[in-house]
Amino acid sequence: MTMATSLPGRRDEAWRYSDLKALERAHALPANDAIAEAVTLADGETRRLGLAPDDSQRATLTLEVPAGVSATLVESLGGGGWLDRAVTVRLGAGARLTHVILQTAGAEAVVTAAYTAALAADARYQVHLGNVGGALGRVAMDVTLATGADFTLGGVLLGNAGQTVELVSRVVHAEPGATSQQTVRSVLAGKATANYLGKILVAPGAQKTDAAQSSKALLLARTASANTKPELEIHADDVKCAHGATVGELDAQALFYMATRGIDPAEARALLTQAFLGDVLDAIADEALREEVSALAIGRLRVLVGGA
Amino acid sequence: MMLKIDNLHVAVDGKEILKGLTLALAPGTVHAIMGPNGAGKSTLGYTLAGRDGYDVTAGTATLGGQDLLALAPHERAAAGLFLGLQYPVEIPGVSNLAFLRTALNAQRKLRGEAEVSAGDFLKLVRAKAKELGLDPEMLKRPVNVGFSGGEKKRNEMVQMAVLDPKMMVLDETDSGLDIDALRVVSQGINAMRAPDKTILLITHYQRLLDYVEPDFIHVMVDGRIVKTGDKSLALELEREGYGAIAA
Ligand SMILES: Nc1ncnc2c1ncn2[C@@H]1O[C@H](COP(=O)(O)OP(=O)(O)OP(=O)(O)O)[C@@H](O)[C@H]1O
Ligand SMILES: [Mg+2]
Repeated sequence: MTMATSLPGRRDEAWRYSDLKALERAHALPANDAIAEAVTLADGETRRLGLAPDDSQRATLTLEVPAGVSATLVESLGGGGWLDRAVTVRLGAGARLTHVILQTAGAEAVVTAAYTAALAADARYQVHLGNVGGALGRVAMDVTLATGADFTLGGVLLGNAGQTVELVSRVVHAEPGATSQQTVRSVLAGKATANYLGKILVAPGAQKTDAAQSSKALLLARTASANTKPELEIHADDVKCAHGATVGELDAQALFYMATRGIDPAEARALLTQAFLGDVLDAIADEALREEVSALAIGRLRVLVGGA
Repeated sequence: MMLKIDNLHVAVDGKEILKGLTLALAPGTVHAIMGPNGAGKSTLGYTLAGRDGYDVTAGTATLGGQDLLALAPHERAAAGLFLGLQYPVEIPGVSNLAFLRTALNAQRKLRGEAEVSAGDFLKLVRAKAKELGLDPEMLKRPVNVGFSGGEKKRNEMVQMAVLDPKMMVLDETDSGLDIDALRVVSQGINAMRAPDKTILLITHYQRLLDYVEPDFIHVMVDGRIVKTGDKSLALELEREGYGAIAA
């Protein structure tokens, strides 16, 4: 579907909590010619791609990680207009891709990024997502796993003011023995909204599937909101699927304790929210990437806690 | 006076807990407050520290002449107040070291002092942890998470030693401590005794007062100080109970 011709509606389940008004505004922007890229990563390579349009821009990418190859892609999505990103990822047998997606668009911008990934047997796909920008920042991931493949997603969603940040995932365990784990942590201030819609589909015969989802949201203001909607569709009998979701506020006792030691409220909130993101940030194995994603998240948190 | 509390009335959830409490603590002195469960001892500590929900409906409290009640909780700490909690709070995901360093530097910044370098800070904390018998490995762990009751209290004392406050209110720091830990923690408290510092111990037990000898003992019943005496008052209380004193 190219969105230039048809806007999604509320009845479209995957757009249920989205900011359709922002999307409508984005549609009115003048459109640049579409960009189409094809990239094949080499073993040991780290590729950086950045997009920051000020108008309406569709940009597609076909990414190939050949069998046995281990590579990294760092994608920065930003700008002040509408970035409509569509990425197709193919991982060959035993291939490994570490994929960092940093969405830091401006306050008025819209980013709609859709990823479709197909993993061959024993491939490993690791996504570290920082979805923190835009009036609407939307990331959709559709991942299909062959035998023994693994998909790990760590997502940080941060929103302030009237922002909507969302992650919509659909993970298909098509064959036996594949694993997937999604960990999403959201912090919302102002009137921001975070949405996490995560669907797990276990195909007939995909025995020994192990799929997990964990979603936690922290609301810094009563006016902020978080929606989590896990969905399981299981057609095999020997599978492990776990999901957990919580929405909470900062611990008032911890805030008081910190204050008695001299830590001011903004700093205390910064420390606690940073700790809250630990499950995602600490799991980034590569130190340089961990620092990069953490710096982005922490910088953004400072804005959120200061204004909350 | 270091701490001067005058006719303090405090309500929690609309219920009056402190009912005209008056107390004046001079620099260089050690005091103990004793009293039955529910008398309002912890309420006094929380009120001095500025906890939300503790409404001062009348009265005053000053620290070194400064209106304590006008300050935000973190400003009270920077002004020299330390509250050792009866139930120290666990903070998952925040290491003891990060917590304490942030606290120390935040206080110093508010006082217009220079930050302490990472190296100097580590040296200081390690030394204090050693003095107070807290395993240095525990400094790296999240604040109080998975600590035993006694370890939490030792950790409070490490924080106190590092932050070096002027006015210390220690709420049942002795409860939950084994005999050896009580001795170590008492040494920690005694190490803080100085001509320009004041210590207020809230306790139920004579045992602590054997190690940390108070200059004065105050008996608190139903939100007021009903009697003040020297350290022999604790023994009298132990013999006769609060009933006889309050009557
Ligand atoms: N939120 C609240 N609403 C109503 N009453 C409260 C509330 N919190 C505390 N209280 C009451 O205030 C009184 C004083 O409590 P406080 O904890 O200060 O006592 P304490 O002297 O420290 O007792 P202990 O020796 O058991 O520690 C108690 O009767 C308690 O039930
Ligand atoms: Mg108490």
